[in-house]
Amino acid sequence: MAKVEEKRGTLGKGELKDVLREMLLIRRFEEKVEERFRAGELPGFLHVAIGQEACAVGVCRALEDGDVISSTHRAHAHTLAKGTHPNELMAELYGKTEGCSHGYGGSMHLYDVQHGNMGANAVIGGGLPHVTGAALAFQMRGEPRVAVAFFGDGATNIGTFHEALNLAQLWTVPAVFVLEDNKWAESTPEKQHSPIRDLSERAKAFGMKAVKADGQDVEAVFKTTRQALEHARSGKGPVFVHLDTVRFSGHYIGDPQVYRRKDEAKELRATRDPIEILRGRIGVTDDELGELDTEVIEIVDASVDFAKNGTDPAPEDALKNIYA
Amino acid sequence: MPELTYREAVRDALATAMRDDDDVFIMGEDIAEMGGSMGVTQGMLAEFGPERVRNTPISEMALAGTAIGAAMQGMRPVAEIMYEDFMTLAAEQVVNQAAKVRYMSGGQITVPVVFRTQGGAGWSPGAQHAQQLEAWFVHIPGLKVVFASTPEDVRGLLWSSIYDDNPVVFFEHRTLYPIKGNVPPKNAAGQIEPIPIGVARVHREGEDVTVIATGRLVHESLKAAEEAEQRGVSVEVVDPRTLQPLDEETLVNSVKKTNRAVIAHEAVTRMGFGAEVTSVLQYQAFDWLDAPIERVGAKFAPLPFAPVMEQFVVPHAEDVLQAILRTVGKNGN
Repeated sequence: MAKVEEKRGTLGKGELKDVLREMLLIRRFEEKVEERFRAGELPGFLHVAIGQEACAVGVCRALEDGDVISSTHRAHAHTLAKGTHPNELMAELYGKTEGCSHGYGGSMHLYDVQHGNMGANAVIGGGLPHVTGAALAFQMRGEPRVAVAFFGDGATNIGTFHEALNLAQLWTVPAVFVLEDNKWAESTPEKQHSPIRDLSERAKAFGMKAVKADGQDVEAVFKTTRQALEHARSGKGPVFVHLDTVRFSGHYIGDPQVYRRKDEAKELRATRDPIEILRGRIGVTDDELGELDTEVIEIVDASVDFAKNGTDPAPEDALKNIYA
Repeated sequence: MPELTYREAVRDALATAMRDDDDVFIMGEDIAEMGGSMGVTQGMLAEFGPERVRNTPISEMALAGTAIGAAMQGMRPVAEIMYEDFMTLAAEQVVNQAAKVRYMSGGQITVPVVFRTQGGAGWSPGAQHAQQLEAWFVHIPGLKVVFASTPEDVRGLLWSSIYDDNPVVFFEHRTLYPIKGNVPPKNAAGQIEPIPIGVARVHREGEDVTVIATGRLVHESLKAAEEAEQRGVSVEVVDPRTLQPLDEETLVNSVKKTNRAVIAHEAVTRMGFGAEVTSVLQYQAFDWLDAPIERVGAKFAPLPFAPVMEQFVVPHAEDVLQAILRTVGKNGN
């Protein structure tokens, strides 16, 4: 993996516009998902990551080929950022066989092995030990690969978090644990679910290296993740990456957010929108942004067409894929 | 034919697979220097080293989940869950994750992991160290469930389980570890002859009653069958060996021959594995049955500590014998 050395620790200027475009694509994708859900077209239980795009894109851009991720119930952004085509993701949300999990998974169980996605998980913290295990496999086989877990602040209270981080540090496996700290566990604010304010302390309690970044600043996320990956890949052990982020949306689509101050999301959108932060920094004009927007909206609209024209599984396909 | 104890047979399957294949490794609590709480992995640390004989913290969720993650990346881990009772701690990972990853991914990922665990009464550990929980896991699509009762079976089935591409919950019975039995010689490559998952074993042929038994109750049933023979009742004893998938054909054919069935396991009778077997038999062999199907299992109580109470709660050969005699309309006494 010579690419490890080639890849720089920071994003180049040319790359940043592409990063902006990718975040915009995820934003428009998520908005389309909300719209289609409200129109009654999407079955199930959906969670969008509007506001958290920089975490997904910054982390996944930093990965090398061969690195793997494990995601959460809020998985669309991670999945797109890890390389799954929007068509395949949208088709999955429509329950079509062309979907990335072939209609067996849905929004909370997105898999794409070819692109290094070990799966989203609808059990909070459920994927954390898998990341320790995948990293153990890489270590035992001497492969220069890293396994990366995404999880939220709510997950830092569940047993698998503590058990998986403890074991990962004990065995110094090449894993990176990315906390997307949006300060909400569903409807429960962090001050009600955690007795400590700095959740990095939990990783430090295991002796794990912990680093922080502003999760709304995609460049900072990228840079911090690069450092974490380098540490893990070089055999020094796992790293805890604490990203301070915000959830503009509710916990799920349709969440009336009775637990949240009415103007909060609006204020956050005005001050902490990762797309606006990057666009301001790299000086993308309204016109240029409009062009990017047109481009990504076309991709998103095409993904809906693709999904709607997809193939429904036969009911009896439900009895396939249970055993190898 | 070499003779091994049940304990040695488990160890032989693990060690042979680890010599054969670098992807196979074992992990669990106290399995390294101590050689496992039941002594199954004794000596393996010396042969394979700490990389492949991995002591874990007392963290069943991470133990199970890390094994799953390694399996998802192509390893073949065997995770030892010290007591079946502690499978409840690993249950989220076994039930929601291992069993369903292949399915939820639409077939993209296989999870070739084995969860070895053991339980069984007879030594008064009380209510949290000897339960028989196989019925919990046979209820979960995506898991295979094995419960072997002899050295030959435990070795051949563990070998098959390690090389199966599905998650397998592999039950051993504590009281069986010291029993001895012949095992077939290994092949020229030093490998173990696999015993296919999903094939029952007829331990003893008979004409009048079929006893379908698992684990310790296989041995109790064989004793009961000898006793029944003295009373003029010919008993066939069948061990399904794998509970999921279940070799329905062998069980049903046996009952069609004998026209009577007793199902015996150490787990609590109510809602137990025997209830499903009963249903299979009554549906597929209804017209052949000459007596109600009898079930033998533990009484509906947690396992008590005092030895006299423990002996009262779990079934023994005498309970199987009485059930056999009831099916043929004989008064047991």
